[in-house]
Amino acid sequence: MLRAPLVIEYPFERTTGPVVGAFLTGLRERILVGITGADGRVIVPPIEYDPVTAEDLTELVEVGPGGVVTACAWVARPDARQPLDHPFAWALIRLDGADTAMVHVVDAGSPDRIAVGTRVTPRWRDERVGAIGDIECFVIEETS
Amino acid sequence: MTLVLPESLRDVEAVTRVATPARLEYDFTAGRATTTFLRGILEHKILGEACPICHKVYVPSRGACPSHGVPTSEIVELAGPGVLVSYCVVNVAFHGSVMELPYVGGLIQLEGADMFLMHLIQEASPDEVRIGQWVEPVWRDDADLEATLESIRYFRPLDRPDATVDEAGHVVSWGPATRGGAA
Repeated sequence: MLRAPLVIEYPFERTTGPVVGAFLTGLRERILVGITGADGRVIVPPIEYDPVTAEDLTELVEVGPGGVVTACAWVARPDARQPLDHPFAWALIRLDGADTAMVHVVDAGSPDRIAVGTRVTPRWRDERVGAIGDIECFVIEETS
Repeated sequence: MTLVLPESLRDVEAVTRVATPARLEYDFTAGRATTTFLRGILEHKILGEACPICHKVYVPSRGACPSHGVPTSEIVELAGPGVLVSYCVVNVAFHGSVMELPYVGGLIQLEGADMFLMHLIQEASPDEVRIGQWVEPVWRDDADLEATLESIRYFRPLDRPDATVDEAGHVVSWGPATRGGAA
């Protein structure tokens, strides 16, 4: 029986809309932004409509850059498709000034260095294009 | 709705598009019938399979007759030439295409087959390609044959009187239409 690798690639490109566009513009400029919800809570990444009242949201605000881990999962054996080539954590990170958490990568070194409550800060790429990968990963904040 | 940006983002060019490519990696197992077909290609042969009940010849066969639900057990070697039953002139490039525009994609009913093969039509300018036209495969050199339909590089026109193709797109006569009474 014949077998062969079969690879299908779709080169999709999306338009972002103004709100997600502002978030991505911020990433390119090393600035993290959220949006103020109808109840005053700051939602990160920003969304176009309030999750409760569905009204338009318009007020983008700077958050971060540091934040706190609210949940995490350790990846002991990353495969080639994952963002880092060595063990790392996927984490929900609530950025300073935000009321919601977003998912990103934490290059923590070992699983005993990361837990709920760990403070992290972004490691930016030198070449940024306006995409979530402009943050290469988060790293554990140095305590002084 | 007017968006209020933080000051730090007011004088920079806004991002409006983002690349979100998708990639799917499969390990494809050809199955019994497609393996037979592709092993034939390695030997410069086009192998179809016939239904033991209706005797329709499928190429490439999927291993069973869709009308009768029985295995297509009889292997039939086809000569190669066939008739264009439909075609499309491609004038717009798509991402990743290496073809020079315009080019023709054709649906070909090989002589002796009851289904169609899709392939490139070359050595013919798009404005002379027509339904009913005979075409023949142009193979790679034997040393370069691989277990893929790309071992047939393309089909090219064959100098033979056009066949007759009905409105449903099937060859009804492999020769020119005969008109009652006409010489």
